[in-house]
Amino acid sequence: MILLVPAIIFLVLLFLYPFAYGLYLSLTNAKGDGTFANYLRFFADPRDFRTIWTTLWIAVPITFINVGLAIPFAYYMRRGLRGEKLVTFFLIVPITLGTVLISEGMLSYMGPKGWLNQFLMAVGLVKDPVRFTHNYLGVVISLGLSGFPYAFLMLLGYISGINPDLEKASQMLGASKLQTFWKILFPLMVPGIAISFCLNFVMAFSVFPSAVLLGQPSGPTRVMAIAAYQWAFEKFNFNAASAISMVMAAIELIVITLVLVWRGRMYKGASIVGKG
Amino acid sequence: MNVKPKLSSILFAAAITVYVLNVLGILLTVILNSASKGWYSGLLPQIITGEWYRYVAADHDIKNLMLVTFTVSFADVIISLLISFPAAYTLARKEFRGKGLLLSLFLLPMIVPPMAYGIPLAMLCYKFHLAARIIGVILVNLVPIVPFMILVLMPFIEQVGTNLESAAVMLGAKRLTIFRKILIPLTVPGILTAGILSIVKTISMFDLTYLVAGGKSQTIVVALYADAYAAGARPPQAVDALAVIYFLTAMTCLVVALRFVSPTQMVFKLK
Repeated sequence: MILLVPAIIFLVLLFLYPFAYGLYLSLTNAKGDGTFANYLRFFADPRDFRTIWTTLWIAVPITFINVGLAIPFAYYMRRGLRGEKLVTFFLIVPITLGTVLISEGMLSYMGPKGWLNQFLMAVGLVKDPVRFTHNYLGVVISLGLSGFPYAFLMLLGYISGINPDLEKASQMLGASKLQTFWKILFPLMVPGIAISFCLNFVMAFSVFPSAVLLGQPSGPTRVMAIAAYQWAFEKFNFNAASAISMVMAAIELIVITLVLVWRGRMYKGASIVGKG
Repeated sequence: MNVKPKLSSILFAAAITVYVLNVLGILLTVILNSASKGWYSGLLPQIITGEWYRYVAADHDIKNLMLVTFTVSFADVIISLLISFPAAYTLARKEFRGKGLLLSLFLLPMIVPPMAYGIPLAMLCYKFHLAARIIGVILVNLVPIVPFMILVLMPFIEQVGTNLESAAVMLGAKRLTIFRKILIPLTVPGILTAGILSIVKTISMFDLTYLVAGGKSQTIVVALYADAYAAGARPPQAVDALAVIYFLTAMTCLVVALRFVSPTQMVFKLK
């Protein structure tokens, strides 16, 4: 038991205490008197309140895209294939390098004179350069480039852990591949899908560097993290910043709860299918 | 799914190719741009130059950036091993009330994104005068690394049978001796895996480091962000040159890491 003590001290000092401190700050003013003013201010200020929708509008679609694409890809690679190591290597690179480098690179690569636009115009797909950067699209693309591999590798780990005999049994009993997928594999993947959805959403929802570098941080991609950062380190109002952090955490908690409820429902559904 | 397998493999290959080409395109653009002059159009730059690297070397204290980056990574690995190994051992071996709760509390810092708890954490660092110093950067980076290490180490410890430990106890070994002579030698692969992955993670950890780092305690990735953010302040090629320096650092560590671990171990896993 005593061996847990350092880890518990770590958890309390560096995670729980800061969180509690943030909560305390959000509920007090600069003098330390208790007040709801920070939250009221956030919800009353249209420029700040809007960040909730801005952030959701970025995070929700890209999370669905990342996880939605990762499912068929993980399904396809579930028993391994040639060149798997190379493929996974290229998937892990954007995760390792992080969003700062990817965003920085995207600025030139996807810029009006970058290779991507040169290519698109050369093959005649577009006439004028597409604006991929300094807008909503740029932020979403960067989140896709780093979020998709994350979801994919997680689901791959999950799906390759499913006993292949189940699939064989289902096919022997005459089920088509599609039926096997929907009735056997998908329900068994639900917990994996749920957790990778949660993590992908949480990452996308707290997007910061790419929203600044690739987006329009003063307007269409002014996400909650930017608002919180500005209050803390530009206006030095730690109370207002903490309130935004807490709202961020609360929204993430709500979405995670929703996903877990969905998982619970799907699991019940799966067992009924199993009996039938 | 019930289309002919051929179509699905073509689709798969095409999608992966598009993905890989774009990632490669991004990286190659950065590399080429950092070594070119006046590359405003066309497929390839006309003039190759090393001047942007000289510019970066004059602009930044590269040695200090490297030193901070690796000091932080290695300090974090050692500190978090000291915290995580005993904790992972207890969580892997012992059953006790509230274990599930404790385990999920330990997972929490991995699931909650840095930007949500990072701001209050950074404020505490400023309050206790830890911010803008290497010690502060090391401390905040522990937050995601310790839980990650516990999670990576647990299965490795579970694999070591309890027989050896029981035998050692019967022969009168103390707990410290058991750790030193049995557990640590047998879990070296796990320690290596956890350590290398943590180094890779810390090098690319932006959010937390950014919130507490000051001028002298910046890591490379934070310096890169600051340069890219102040886009007008210096030529874009110089920013790309710093990006290449960061890229090479992170990639070297990744390539070393991949000699020991599989890529799927680098993402969060839940049993």
